[in-house]
Amino acid sequence: MLRIKGLTKRYRTGDLALKGIDLDVPDGQVMALIGPSGAGKSTVIRCINRLVEPTSGSVALNDVEITRLGSGELRRARRRMGMIFQEYALVERLSVMENVLSGRLGYVNFWQSWLRKFPQADIDEAFRLLSRVGLDHMANKRADELSGGQRQRVGICRALIQNPELLLVDEPTASLDPKTSRQIMRLIKELCEERKLSAIINIHDVMLAQMFAERIVGLQLGAIVYDGPPTGLTAAVLTKIYGEEDWSATIRKVDEDAPDEADDNAIAKAMPPASLERDRMAGLN
Amino acid sequence: MSVAAATPHKAWQRRTPRAQFAVWAGWFFATALFVYCFSLISEKTIWAFVTDAPAQAGDLAVRMVPPDWRYIRELGRPIWDTINMATLGTAIAVVLAIPVAYCAARNTTPSVALVRPVALFIIVSSRSINALIWALMLVTIIGPGVLAGIIAIALRSIGFCAKLLYEAIEEIDESQVEAVRATGASRAQVTTYGIVPQVLPAFAGISVFRWDINIRESTVLGLVGAGGIGLQLNAAITQLYWTQVSLILLVIIGTVIVSEWVSAKVRHAII
Repeated sequence: MLRIKGLTKRYRTGDLALKGIDLDVPDGQVMALIGPSGAGKSTVIRCINRLVEPTSGSVALNDVEITRLGSGELRRARRRMGMIFQEYALVERLSVMENVLSGRLGYVNFWQSWLRKFPQADIDEAFRLLSRVGLDHMANKRADELSGGQRQRVGICRALIQNPELLLVDEPTASLDPKTSRQIMRLIKELCEERKLSAIINIHDVMLAQMFAERIVGLQLGAIVYDGPPTGLTAAVLTKIYGEEDWSATIRKVDEDAPDEADDNAIAKAMPPASLERDRMAGLN
Repeated sequence: MSVAAATPHKAWQRRTPRAQFAVWAGWFFATALFVYCFSLISEKTIWAFVTDAPAQAGDLAVRMVPPDWRYIRELGRPIWDTINMATLGTAIAVVLAIPVAYCAARNTTPSVALVRPVALFIIVSSRSINALIWALMLVTIIGPGVLAGIIAIALRSIGFCAKLLYEAIEEIDESQVEAVRATGASRAQVTTYGIVPQVLPAFAGISVFRWDINIRESTVLGLVGAGGIGLQLNAAITQLYWTQVSLILLVIIGTVIVSEWVSAKVRHAII
């Protein structure tokens, strides 16, 4: 359970990015954080693992107060929070395997990581995760040889190998095409269900948020202006979050997409899972 | 104005009349300065020697050919010393440049207020003194020979390597570093996983580039007694053995061409 209370962030430039956010994310909940650029979505999730230091307020993960931790304790706390980034943020010149194993850096000492002597259990888990996302045959490729969708799946593996309790996902689809975006969002949602993970997904694409999240939080100028189910995103609510615009197309499109998605899932389920799961994930790029 | 208002065309010129005049005045003063300086230099020049120059150069050229090819047997050792001076000096410089660059880069320095200025001062002082001057001083301190040359090359190269390396560190993609930090990695782990892979190609390129420069610099260090082929060059010139001088120059050119070729190949392979 993640509990955020009165979270405020004022940047050194004087901009007040977050104005006292209160937010509870129960275990196993996939929550989408939507809002216009500059609303503070990135700041919220970076304040949770303190890549950005909050100015005031409290962030507690399973009753551990993160804002007051010393640097060693903070590193241990970060191990419990997997993060997925907008431009994948893979170390481009390292191999896929090294990138996935870098998710274990918090668990091994410096020499183990320098000499790439990770425990066999970590290596087994890395291969298991890579095959889950259809990339086990790419383990020794360099990260910059991969396509966007493949890179993001490596990023997901890196976050999951941490064995996190919470996923912080920052615009996972911003640099992907619509089809890959859906695949990545579906993968994140499936993995959260498999592992009973809670997730906060920053996303600017309202349709994707509605399709894959069970709860939507709308952020506007550093304050929460909507918190509810995806079905509650009416034109009035979207106007409140983003400003005046014709929202009819956005809202209607979701209904049109819904059967499509159901078909997709039905087809996937009808096929033998192991090999085809991989083809579906890997072959398309 | 009345004309402009009457026609539908808007006037456009590259410069305003003021700017046009400023440009013209700039050219005028530059030309005047050139003429004035030329007359100053001309007064202090003995023109008889200058007009004589083609004849002198021709005379020297005649004395230099054919190169004294038998002398090449004595040049193997000095050219080997020269290459070793360059290589060892570069190796020492590169090793010392790493911590200096780490302290000088804004995004990795332990302290912007204290450590960074010290690192920058090391870089500036190393860069501002030529290897020949370092060698001149080192020969008086530790005596003539190859060691003085190696240290001179190293001292000169630290600043160059550290400067280029710290600029490479400052240009890394911070999001990759942030991603490694988010896993709970320690500071040392963030450096080795987030930063080192990103600057490694630049590091290798800088090292080879500097080695290539140092091959050229080390050929002259012998002039002040710091070992290498410069010693032979100096001796041959003072004894007016022009056929030996021409051979030494050919050997130096050959070595530099080879080193340029190697460094180009290596840099090409890295990038």
